[in-house]
Amino acid sequence: MNHKKREPWIRLSKRDGMTSWKVWSIRIGSIFLALVLGGLVIAMTGVNPFKAYGTIISGSLGKASAIRQTVKIAIPLLGCALAIAPCFKMHFWNIGAEGQITAGAIAASYFALFWADRLPGPSLILVMGLVGAVAGGLWGLIPAFFKARWNTNETLFTLMMNYIVIGIVRWLQGGPWEGRAGSQIIPQFAPNACLPRVFGIHCGWIIVLVLVLLMHIYMTYTKHGYEIAVIGDSINTARYAGMNVGHVMMRTMFLSGAISGLVGFILVSGANGTLNDGVAGGVGFTAITVAWLSQLNAFGMVLISGMLAILEKGAETLQTRLAVPTSISDIITGILLFCMLGCEFFINFRMTFRARKAKKAAAETAADSDESPAKEAVES
Amino acid sequence: MSEFVTLAVALVVAAITYGTPLLFGTLGEILTEKSGCLNLGVEGIMFTGGAVGLAGVYYYEKMGSPNGFVAVIVGLLCAFLAGALCSLIFSFLTITLRANQNVTGLALSIFGTGVGQFVGERMRVTEGGYIAISNEMKIFFQNSPFPRFLQDLPVIGPILFKNSIFFYLGLLLAVVLFLFINRSRRGLYLRSVGESPATADAAGLNVTLYQYLATIIGGGISAIGGMVYIMTIAGCVWNHEGLAGVGWLAVALVIFCMWRPLNAIWGSILFGALMILYLRLVLPFIPTQLYKILPYVVTVIVLIFSSLRNKKENQPPASLGLSYFREDR
Repeated sequence: MNHKKREPWIRLSKRDGMTSWKVWSIRIGSIFLALVLGGLVIAMTGVNPFKAYGTIISGSLGKASAIRQTVKIAIPLLGCALAIAPCFKMHFWNIGAEGQITAGAIAASYFALFWADRLPGPSLILVMGLVGAVAGGLWGLIPAFFKARWNTNETLFTLMMNYIVIGIVRWLQGGPWEGRAGSQIIPQFAPNACLPRVFGIHCGWIIVLVLVLLMHIYMTYTKHGYEIAVIGDSINTARYAGMNVGHVMMRTMFLSGAISGLVGFILVSGANGTLNDGVAGGVGFTAITVAWLSQLNAFGMVLISGMLAILEKGAETLQTRLAVPTSISDIITGILLFCMLGCEFFINFRMTFRARKAKKAAAETAADSDESPAKEAVES
Repeated sequence: MSEFVTLAVALVVAAITYGTPLLFGTLGEILTEKSGCLNLGVEGIMFTGGAVGLAGVYYYEKMGSPNGFVAVIVGLLCAFLAGALCSLIFSFLTITLRANQNVTGLALSIFGTGVGQFVGERMRVTEGGYIAISNEMKIFFQNSPFPRFLQDLPVIGPILFKNSIFFYLGLLLAVVLFLFINRSRRGLYLRSVGESPATADAAGLNVTLYQYLATIIGGGISAIGGMVYIMTIAGCVWNHEGLAGVGWLAVALVIFCMWRPLNAIWGSILFGALMILYLRLVLPFIPTQLYKILPYVVTVIVLIFSSLRNKKENQPPASLGLSYFREDR
């Protein structure tokens, strides 16, 4: 008896060099799919999905004031995604941006609350930004140090650091920095501790856009960026090439934490005008998905963070106008992320189905008739 | 002296109540992580499980002639299925489509918290105001299944016999998981998949199947934790603020108990105690808000020490967080 070969139903192989229009049509297709799925969820609440999406767009981009709100949501997302990009490029899974933002926010708030009358106007803002960045950087440096030294798991470490620093804010809020006794609220900053406005939005957007450019240059054209890329691809290669891996890790995490800290400063000084325990409000987590989905490309992040901000702002309008709970934005964001994460598979892998392959093989071997029975067995 | 004993007993009982949701969350995540999948979506899974479990029990009761025992089963099943579905999304994306586990897990926690909130809000809107289970029903979720005289024993009565039924289920589950993971052949296979999928694959194990099953069942177990929180601590009403952060605490607890189901029992009670310590034990020097960060600080310290000592048996599964692709080298 002949040994019958079993072919798997589907075969996978890696591929690269897919033409860029194909790549983009797959990505846009996945966004479309996500919108259709999200539409189904909306339809379940008894609201017409087309009307709902229309409301989301008009609610987030319809008026100048709405656009300002949307941009305000996008600023920290974009800034934080920029912070995360170098870590993830290095395959250092920093999911502690939330905490690094908060650490920066605490440091900036300290100066806003206690030094406002001692430092003249612009210098106060500069000092706040600087200490915010340093505090965020140091907070990020702690897990990086342990990772570099003893290979402590950085994913779990950075995650825990978030809750520690948020707990510290809760303590400050209810204790030493509390405004009116019993209010559990830190008082509003003095006007000279708030970021100036440009076009009606706090000037954080300018800072973040400058960072986009700087980060692109840093990652693409500098030696540091190159080292990060090599470590991400293979730590052993990096060691063999004589790079001090631990050193690069700590440096990159400091930088990443510093940018997150700067975002924290922008949030307290620009957006909120005060500090509270929800200052990061999940931005650190959402930004990770922003960074990853844009393939760690700084310009792609502008697009994706804009998209998520439109969803979030639009969902608020959706609630007030059509009584759909705002949590719908989390659901649609989640679906969007799932679809975009999943679609990368179809870009990176080639699938070969058995039936198609068998048919092709059958066509090829049609001439040599002695092989055809075996092929028929495979086909059936 | 007797006052101190009463206080201590009350603390332990409260710690067990607060620890039970964590116990389920942790046990589920241990099973998941043993297969090498780091599912960071526990927060979302527990949210969804809590909301769907509550919804299941609520609508079951509305159907008329409810039975308390069946209601508990309905709650467990609804939560389990909801969590399993969430994890199915995760496993499809990470195992079949090989997406990054960290990012997918975070996406799942965004999605899951959204779904939980949505279900909770939606029920509130459609049912007009306030969603609660009737008091006769609550008894089955919150009271002990043991006879009165056992519960009334001094000291050991409240600690051993006065807890909700879920605590005992959790204990049972922890023992079963321990026996499965450490004492059974399939458990050994599962561990080998988590340590080195390539080796397991070469030995003829179906890596994909093991990972799928561990993730889905693990997610279901975690989701039960969310339901337990809503039904026991939150008093059978949807309370998203209370539930926020419990899932992350469960992730922390997995590290704290070093991926061992039996450690999870005392670990979750300890974390439960740390969660409520600020209510029971007020020390003059430490501000109460700082108590709440203790579980996280303790976890960080454990994490650091386990990496310092670098003992073989106290390590995360070696391929935790990495997607496996057979053709990769």
